[in-house]
Amino acid sequence: MTETDATPLQRDAARTIFQKGAPGRRAFVCPDPGVGEVDVSRLLPERFRRREPPRLPEVSEPELVRHYVGISKRNFDLDSGFYPLGSCTMKHNPRLHERVAALPGNARLHPLQDGERAQGALELMWSLQGALAEIAGLPHVSLQPSAGSHGELAGVLLTRAFHEDRGEVRRKVLTPDTAHGTNPATVTMAGLEVVKLATDADGGVDLDDLRAKAEEDVACLMLTNPNTLGVFDRNILEIAEIVHGVGATLYYDGANLNAVMGLSRPGDMGFDIVHFNLHKSFTQPHGGGGPGSGPIAVSERIAPYLPVPVVARRTGGEGNGASGEPAFELDYGSGTVGSKTIGRMRGFHGNYGCFVRAYAYIRSLGGNGLTDASQTAVLNANYLLARLREHALAGGGRVGELLPAPYPRAEPSAQGGQLCMHEFVLSGGPMKRALGVKTLDLAKRLLDHGFHPPTVYFPLLVEEALMVEPTETETRETLDAFAEAIAAILEEAAKDPAVAQSAPYTTPVRRLDEVAAARQPVIRERLD
Amino acid sequence: MALASYPDDLLYHPEHDWARVEQDGQHATLGITWYAQDQLGEVVFFESPALGATLSKDEPYTEVESVKAVSDVVAPLSGEVVEVNAAVAENPHTINEDPYGAGWLVKVRLSDPSEREALLDAAAYRASLNGS
Amino acid sequence: MLAAIGVGSLQELFERQIPEPVRLGRALELPPGESEQQVYEHLRALAARNVSAEEELSFLGAGMYDHYVPALIDMLTERSEFLTPYTPYQPEISQGGLQVMFEYQTAISELTALPVSNASVYEGPSAVAAAAYMAKLHNGGRRIVASAGLHPHTLQTLRTMAHGFGMEVVEVALCGDGSPAGARVTDPERWARAIGEGGEQVAAAIFAQPNFYGAVEDAAALSAAAKAAAATGPGAGGAGSGSPAHGFAPVVVCQVDPITLGVLAPPGECGVDVAVGEGQALGNRLDYGGPSFGLFAAREEYLRRMPGRIAGETVDVDGRRGFVLTLQTREQHIRREKATSNICTSQALNALAGVVYLSWLGRRGIVELGELLLARTHYARETLAALAGVEKLHDQPAVREFAVRVDADVAAVRRRCAAEGVNPGADLHALTGREQDRGGLLVAITERRTRAHIDRLAEVLGAAVAAERGARVAA
Repeated sequence: MTETDATPLQRDAARTIFQKGAPGRRAFVCPDPGVGEVDVSRLLPERFRRREPPRLPEVSEPELVRHYVGISKRNFDLDSGFYPLGSCTMKHNPRLHERVAALPGNARLHPLQDGERAQGALELMWSLQGALAEIAGLPHVSLQPSAGSHGELAGVLLTRAFHEDRGEVRRKVLTPDTAHGTNPATVTMAGLEVVKLATDADGGVDLDDLRAKAEEDVACLMLTNPNTLGVFDRNILEIAEIVHGVGATLYYDGANLNAVMGLSRPGDMGFDIVHFNLHKSFTQPHGGGGPGSGPIAVSERIAPYLPVPVVARRTGGEGNGASGEPAFELDYGSGTVGSKTIGRMRGFHGNYGCFVRAYAYIRSLGGNGLTDASQTAVLNANYLLARLREHALAGGGRVGELLPAPYPRAEPSAQGGQLCMHEFVLSGGPMKRALGVKTLDLAKRLLDHGFHPPTVYFPLLVEEALMVEPTETETRETLDAFAEAIAAILEEAAKDPAVAQSAPYTTPVRRLDEVAAARQPVIRERLD
Repeated sequence: MALASYPDDLLYHPEHDWARVEQDGQHATLGITWYAQDQLGEVVFFESPALGATLSKDEPYTEVESVKAVSDVVAPLSGEVVEVNAAVAENPHTINEDPYGAGWLVKVRLSDPSEREALLDAAAYRASLNGS
Repeated sequence: MLAAIGVGSLQELFERQIPEPVRLGRALELPPGESEQQVYEHLRALAARNVSAEEELSFLGAGMYDHYVPALIDMLTERSEFLTPYTPYQPEISQGGLQVMFEYQTAISELTALPVSNASVYEGPSAVAAAAYMAKLHNGGRRIVASAGLHPHTLQTLRTMAHGFGMEVVEVALCGDGSPAGARVTDPERWARAIGEGGEQVAAAIFAQPNFYGAVEDAAALSAAAKAAAATGPGAGGAGSGSPAHGFAPVVVCQVDPITLGVLAPPGECGVDVAVGEGQALGNRLDYGGPSFGLFAAREEYLRRMPGRIAGETVDVDGRRGFVLTLQTREQHIRREKATSNICTSQALNALAGVVYLSWLGRRGIVELGELLLARTHYARETLAALAGVEKLHDQPAVREFAVRVDADVAAVRRRCAAEGVNPGADLHALTGREQDRGGLLVAITERRTRAHIDRLAEVLGAAVAAERGARVAA
């Protein structure tokens, strides 16, 4: 499977829409303004007018369609194949969600529509708030943040507000060295400083390091549980006690929520603030990078600072025309929630289109279904981990020897293997030393096998890391096939490492020169 | 530069920066070590500090950027920038090819030449790498 | 599978990993799951209780607009290949998405006449905040001078974020504030003074074009005044230890309405350094406020500090043209605490809709659309101002939105209009909280609002105002 036998369509030289079309072609036909003869030049003084039109394409509709459909075929996607990116939760996106999001009552609803005439939307948001609160084990929810990292920023700003309200200035945020890169960046944007915590041999937070660093200047500890190693930190209650003991807050990064829905709740673990990624556990499609949505749930003591508006339910109101029936409204801090709000973090009230999809998902699965989902996610991850560990290699030995999982070191199963939560991390170090093939090469060769590779080189704690999250919507057959492919690549590498080192071969383009792109960035089409 | 090298005539800072103190003891040339450029990978961007800028020992004074990482460049000695290597700003890859020669970054007039006592010699620096 | 893993039961998998005290031990208190059909019916019933632009004649705007989205955009954004992939971290199999980003960046660069654009950020107001943060990193300033003509949500977002950034926001009033016949554009003297007084503390000077009241600002004059005020203000230079000299200058940031850029002089030709804005009007649905995208474009010198994703052109090992995410060291996942922003997502799918829409409009279409909006907005404003009890709030040139004042209680007027199936626009005072905006209505025009619609608006609004005035007199 080495040669360039991709279809001609995929292998066409990349031409952008700006290189297509011809002067005079058009797709849009402008309606007649219909308001009589108007001298537009009188309506807008010369000095405010654009002199030359922007050099947008001039294409017909058929050309437009061919172009974008054509380039879509140069994308791998989740509907087409397995996508085990760690902490991304690439689970199936049901198309029902697109159908309900497209209903005109949702799609053509203006955000400033009066509350009485948007009761369906407000009730949906209110119900979603409630469902997320139940899943998190924390009572108050804001749907406003635009994405996970935006929700994180909200969380740190909330923590700052909480402490400032007590007359305390606390500068430090503790975060484990396994944390997602967003966490330190977020902390800096919120005006605080990052202090890193060591990870212990089991893959959890090093308690001694935590005790040493937990002092009165600490505002918050930011954690995800299970963490990016796929390890559920068994000391979580003690961690919470230490952190609360110095008056700091505990923040939960919800990126790994898929492991614990209905099984364990961040609120019960002691977290004060939780953010959700609706585009992870709740099936909002990733869209090639976005949109997402990052609601947050908080404890009673943090509720006053929540961004506003939130959706509240009033009974005895005028909603729905019948007095005494509950009405839903946007609330700007009339009660305790948001009474000392940090303010807005964006326009309007959040990514409603994502709320519709997440809500449809939660209705489809129900409480038991969400629990099943998490259980199956954990089952699938453990199965794949075991398969990879045990898979025999033609030349002798097993995959697990070349790609071991360094964490957790404790918690053996009955067979002496390891258990993980919904994801696990392998180290490509032994493979690199034994075969001369790095994690990067393995990933590129996987592309030729029709799989999206797992996340590579993260977390930084693990040498040549490969972070794998299968999710619950994959069949056993797919997991087996993936393990087979890994084994095949290792066997091939043992014979000839050069194959993987120059992979991929069958994709629309092969390895790209990222250095040149960074050194002399060309980030738009030249039109001169 | 393919093979690790740590010239004996230089002084080294644990954050992987080197200093070449001039004969007069009042000026020094600064740069990053072989280890630093090897860790970074191919350098794609480097922005010189301004002439006249003040460097403080142990504090970062600029950054180097590769495709995969950005790293602080730490001042091994304090002083005032009297010359910057414009050629390296033009062609940052020079830092990888010749980190101690053409890949020098800045020249400073030292404000406290005695600070050199705190730096490591080549052997000590090499030993610190093996420990890491 | 359990045997392969080496546990006796599914329970054991969790019992061995989750300590007993934090196990939930009960079912989630959520309704039981339903079939696709049941969920559909439930969602449909909810949607039916919303009055969308499908059910009423709506002139609501204020940042999001009911433009016509061509069907081909729905088709493309629902394609698996665009809808379901992740961020393109493996470029060899993500050329579709990366090329879309590259084309989008080109389109935004053309539209704004600024050389560099990222692949989008979340939405409008947070894009403005991101620009302010970038300005701080660029020149070390701590003050944001912001025109009162910015969208109220933008001003509020700036204040929230500024607290985290360690910056303060100074708001510059509009002309004629305090007077009913006010001009509603940024007061140039106050603008210059606020920037001059701030000296090298001013990181960014920010205004909107058109502004929140629909008024066209003199963007070139505001930019020039900002630079001039800085040059003569207290202090200049002041580079920090070891950092490159900038010579003091605030970053001039303009929040644009992209649909107007076919007819309005683009920010890049008005001396603006950074253009940001809400992209919803470009091929995206209203969706009750989101998701949409934020555009972010700037002068060349800001390239390495720009937040968000950027796609760059390169070649593969066989010399084929291709695209990759580039300059990723700026982003959260490599620079970590030194990142210029923490943004992980670009609004890829919404930006796809944006670039397809711009290509659909095309070079001539965006101009024609802009001219149509100018003409119909003018017609609407004149028609409404001719009604008894309705007057213009300002008489500035307006492209697609304008404000009037009604001589009656706005909420009551709006309720009467709603009963007739017309939404006459947004309650201005409810949005800005400014006394001088009492009685104000913000009326938005899109190409979907025909002359007949505008006439209907006039009829209904006129009657509503008359009825309310009559009721007031009678009372």
